[in-house]
Amino acid sequence: MERIEDYSAFPDAHGHFGDYGGSYVAETLVAPLAELAAAYERLSSDPAFIAEFERDLKDYVGRPSPIYHAEHLSREIGGAQILLKREDLNHTGAHKINNTIGQALVARAMGKRRIIAETGAGQHGVATATVCARLGLDCVVYMGATDIERQKINVYRMKLLGAEVVPVTSGSKTLKDALNEAMRDWVTNVADTFYIIGTVAGPHPYPKMVRDFNAVVGREARAQMLAQYGRLPDVITACVGGGSNAIGLFHAFLNDPQVRIVGAEAAGLGLASGRHAASLAAGRPGVLHGNRTYVLCDEDGQITETHSVSAGLDYPGVGPEHAFLKDAGRASYVGVADAEALAAFHRLARTEGILAALESSHAVAQAIRLAGELSRDALVLCNLSGRGDKDVHTIAAREGLSL
Amino acid sequence: MSRPELTITSPGQRRIEARFAALKAARRTGLVPFITAGDPLPQAQVALMHALVAAGADLIELGVPFSDPMADGPVIQHASERAIARGTGLDEVFGWVREFRRKDATTPVVLMGYMNPVAIRGTARFAADAADAGVDGVLLVDCPIEETAAAAPLGEAGLARILLAAPTTPPERLARIVRAAEGFLYHVAFAGITGADRVRIDDVREHVEAIRRHGDIPVAVGFGVRDAASAARIGAFADAVVIGSALVERLVGATDEMDLCQRARDFLAPVRAALESAEGVGRSGSGS
Repeated sequence: MERIEDYSAFPDAHGHFGDYGGSYVAETLVAPLAELAAAYERLSSDPAFIAEFERDLKDYVGRPSPIYHAEHLSREIGGAQILLKREDLNHTGAHKINNTIGQALVARAMGKRRIIAETGAGQHGVATATVCARLGLDCVVYMGATDIERQKINVYRMKLLGAEVVPVTSGSKTLKDALNEAMRDWVTNVADTFYIIGTVAGPHPYPKMVRDFNAVVGREARAQMLAQYGRLPDVITACVGGGSNAIGLFHAFLNDPQVRIVGAEAAGLGLASGRHAASLAAGRPGVLHGNRTYVLCDEDGQITETHSVSAGLDYPGVGPEHAFLKDAGRASYVGVADAEALAAFHRLARTEGILAALESSHAVAQAIRLAGELSRDALVLCNLSGRGDKDVHTIAAREGLSL
Repeated sequence: MSRPELTITSPGQRRIEARFAALKAARRTGLVPFITAGDPLPQAQVALMHALVAAGADLIELGVPFSDPMADGPVIQHASERAIARGTGLDEVFGWVREFRRKDATTPVVLMGYMNPVAIRGTARFAADAADAGVDGVLLVDCPIEETAAAAPLGEAGLARILLAAPTTPPERLARIVRAAEGFLYHVAFAGITGADRVRIDDVREHVEAIRRHGDIPVAVGFGVRDAASAARIGAFADAVVIGSALVERLVGATDEMDLCQRARDFLAPVRAALESAEGVGRSGSGS
């Protein structure tokens, strides 16, 4: 592949990130997607839209989120300094709200009153239900039956916010199946319904739009690094399921070649076990959910069931921009197993008093690895994409406790 | 593997064209049953295909099972899940078509499926294997004309690229689709998933008339054709009707090959009869 000078030039007008992305959807959705792309294009350069989005991020979400020096954890490791971008402090407890606020404003501008969404861990569902409550929009959230079982608190939160949660019992009953079902709803009700996709996957313009709304994370972090530390970090890292928090952090740093970029995928019970969700580390280029990207599937192209202790990473595809960054060599993607993520969860809780989401704990684990390899004056910036309150039942159950 | 003779003669497209030309000459409406390959009885797949033809099928749409069929309703989703669970992959599908071709050299077979199984096999290898087995056309549900580059090897292997038109397709785009279509155009009767019951005949007729203004490609209407009555109403103005979920549902639970073929005949025969009696109604002046 040719050396890329400007990563902000992607995707092209049809949503292609090099060989990846695009719009692999049924004919019925082509025109509605084109309409969405045009509306988003117009709004994203409309000063009034931008001002409202930024005001909501500040006053409703609580942005900017701080960068916190995890001094005690760093000292215990004895290597590089670990810095945490505290997306867990956002309203609703994760980065997901950045995107749902943006898309709900697009939906309102397009005159759509009914919102649908898919959710895995429930964070995106909660963030969608939240903005719908605030803007008075109807909200239907599709969620795999398996995920409903392991994320009961988030299911109840969505209901408290007035959303209808629809259990999905097809396929593996997880995030990918929730996405299929949401797509089926959308194709049926496309005239009055807006589909808020929760990650940087799906057909064009979703990977670009969701990235743009989350890119505030990296823009803030880059400015905060320069202001607080007088320089950019040496390495940045984030967990990658669909990849929205990761692309949110990475995007502002893509044109800074001195900044190393590492994504942490869910290696589940280990890459060799076959029971994982590491699409980039162990998958191959295919087509899933409307875009060309790395997928986990068998020789016949059937999508394989994934495994991760964290529902939010339990997805057999990945956003096409990550596939592109991997092939371009701009970012590397490594697997972090369940056990290592859980150890990182406990270590961060004990040393810094922070309960990280299990998803984010994968990034913390990778930051701990990186810190151990680097000198004390090196800076590792880790996206702490969500808080762990929703996971305490899962963690307790693994330790044989029932709460 | 190079197949220059196929590249030049495009037998797949020719077999489909010949079939629609014969239907037109006889002023008959084509009947296109859809079945999910490998469901419900993989061992009786080829017998089922022959039974469909015997009961009046003019073209067979064979669904390639996929784990994540986003455009399909529960009936075809479950059929796909059963087929995959019983080991139906592309090798099996090609094998069944090859065996079907030994006794039937004229009925066109179109594979209908999703992009990922094709992309993972490699589109060029998929296309060569399909053409070699005797497949005539391929309909990739999630590959619209914008992504034609991804499907180019299909044409190179001599397969007809069957395209979809939908109620949401705007006029200028419809013109492009009609120009690019090969074999026939599959018109989706309503915005929704397969097997739903949302069809409004007047809307469908209007859409089919709009397609005809852009060119004379044969138009098959699918989604929402459930029985003899709905087939006859749509067959009055379409060149062919596709009937899928209702048939797949009828075949579920067949105990053996004889039962399966009997169910197929019992389901299809009244549909065929209804199409015969409704022949040509409303089709005059449509140019077909």
